[in-house]
Amino acid sequence: MTNPTRRHFLAAGTAALAFPRPSLAQSSPKVVVIGGGFGGATAARALHVGGLDVTLVEANPTYVSCPHSNEVIAGLQPMTAQRFGYDGLARAGIPVVHASAIGINPAGRRVTLAGGDTLPYDRLILSPGIELRFDAIPGYDEAAAELMPHAWKAGTQTELLKRQLDAMPEGGTVVLSVPGNPYRCPPGPYERASLIAHVLKTRKKRAKLIVLDAKDTFSKQKLFQSAWAALYPDQLEYVPLASGGQISAVEPGTMTVRTDFSDYKADVACIIPPQRAGRIAATAGVADRSGWCPIDPVTFESKLVPGIHVIGDAAIAGAMPKSAFSANAQAKVCAQAVIDLLAGRAPQEPKLINTCYSLVAPGYGISVAGVYHPANGVLADIEGAGGTSPLDAPASLREQEALYAADWYRTITQQVFG
Amino acid sequence: MRHAALFLIVMAGTALPVSAADLRPPPGASSCSGCHGDGAAMAVIDGRPEAEIAAAMAEYRSGTRPASVMTRIAKGFSDEESRAIAVYLANRKAQ
Ligand SMILES: Cc1cc2nc3c(=O)[nH]c(=O)nc-3n(C[C@H](O)[C@H](O)[C@H](O)COP(=O)(O)OP(=O)(O)OC[C@H]3O[C@@H](n4cnc5c(N)ncnc54)[C@H](O)[C@@H]3O)c2cc1C
Ligand code: HEC
Repeated sequence: MTNPTRRHFLAAGTAALAFPRPSLAQSSPKVVVIGGGFGGATAARALHVGGLDVTLVEANPTYVSCPHSNEVIAGLQPMTAQRFGYDGLARAGIPVVHASAIGINPAGRRVTLAGGDTLPYDRLILSPGIELRFDAIPGYDEAAAELMPHAWKAGTQTELLKRQLDAMPEGGTVVLSVPGNPYRCPPGPYERASLIAHVLKTRKKRAKLIVLDAKDTFSKQKLFQSAWAALYPDQLEYVPLASGGQISAVEPGTMTVRTDFSDYKADVACIIPPQRAGRIAATAGVADRSGWCPIDPVTFESKLVPGIHVIGDAAIAGAMPKSAFSANAQAKVCAQAVIDLLAGRAPQEPKLINTCYSLVAPGYGISVAGVYHPANGVLADIEGAGGTSPLDAPASLREQEALYAADWYRTITQQVFG
Repeated sequence: MRHAALFLIVMAGTALPVSAADLRPPPGASSCSGCHGDGAAMAVIDGRPEAEIAAAMAEYRSGTRPASVMTRIAKGFSDEESRAIAVYLANRKAQ
């Protein structure tokens, strides 16, 4: 009764614990998955289908999804489309513990939860997503994010940025700053820039968006820039690193964004800071000095700590971008490898796909795809495969890709949380 | 080993009480469902005839079948790999 972990098990989870599936109860090895996002929730499902005894540990009772949250900011989609509960996983018979994992003992193979309970594991999968680095940009800390939202973890930050945009006067200035690589969702900042420019064009006369980028090249660059030139020539100004786009500090009190060359006064400032793997990765010792987690490209097992696998944004997955699509694909491969390893069988060399759709305007979608395989110890692009949508294409293709983007989002969220 | 396992599945035709490990997806197959799910505009491909999936993949790879994204994806797989994926998907139940 007083055991906090027990109390937080969802109904179906409790049932699954009380009445373990008979054939598996004694013999089945235990896998713990930390993080119920696109990576972790997918892994938990795949392990459960594979017959393993899996427990999913997730800090929050509701998941707020980042993909398509740029559409929420632009008023094209309601925030409700981003929220998912864990009832679907519980219904599938997967025990979900809503608690923060705060400690990992790799030698004793145990996870410690906030509150003190521990969970034993034979193998552990981490999909903790990212931690925003509030130590990277002078002046940009958690308090500053309440005035200059990052909206790079979806939730109240997404709603704050939307409110600020809606309230901005005509003729106002929006500043959007983009970090250097690597970071969550490489094309995401440019999709956001596009959709903010769409808001300015349709609802905010004479308003401007200045994009300050800490790099000179980016994902789907030609497609984005040709669309910007066609759709938003009066709204969007892009400042790459070479033209002084790297920000050096922010001053939330005066809504100033600084570079080494200029000060930008903003009515709305969206600052996307540099990132690292979610904190539990460092706690577990699976993050290296870069802040991200080196992994084996066949099994996703940490190169630093045996028995712990890392997937999704937190992993250093070579050529694979940090996306929900990648996290989902990696989770399935990793789960199969864990099943194989626990059965004493060699995992096979995988191939993985990623595709990221971006919306440049309503009804105008573009995509980048890749196919990956392990090569020289990392996940590498398969030459000749993948690439972006064509630069020259009829409006009908852009429209079709916008429909596919929405379709993908429905499919993936249904598959992961439904 | 993989081919032996697939052969057994093909012979049996439909769902067998084999363990998940014996039904290991061939390389790449588990990524397809990222798009091809239940009731999506991107068609359900689980349970589709093997020959149909393999032919579609071959045509996407060669570029003879127009597509928004499948041409880029199919080029990441050899003919043999596409066939293995087709066998695997054909033997999964449509959801
Ligand atoms: C604006 C924006 C747009 C995007 N658009 C797309 C898109 O169109 N397509 C696409 O593929 N990707 C997109 N992404 C990227 C996508 O959101 C991420 O790549 C994806 O969420 C990564 O999944 P994950 O499982 O690694 O981490 P997450 O989804 O972040 O999940 C991590 C989970 O772990 C939990 N957690 C962390 N630490 C602990 C702990 N110690 N204990 C318990 N629980 C813990 C968190 O609460 C969270 O629920 C976008 C991102 C942004 C910001
Ligand atoms: C990024 C999303 C995506 C992924 C991943 C994907 N597909 Fe597709 N698939 C599509 C789309 C979209 C179409 C329609 C053709 C087009 O526009 O590319 C399609 C069409 C098909 C078709 C033809 C269906 C029909 O009814 O004509 C087959 C077969 C197919 N895909 C197989 C696969 C296989 C096998 C994989 C995995 C190796 C895969 N797809 C991965 C998006 C995807």
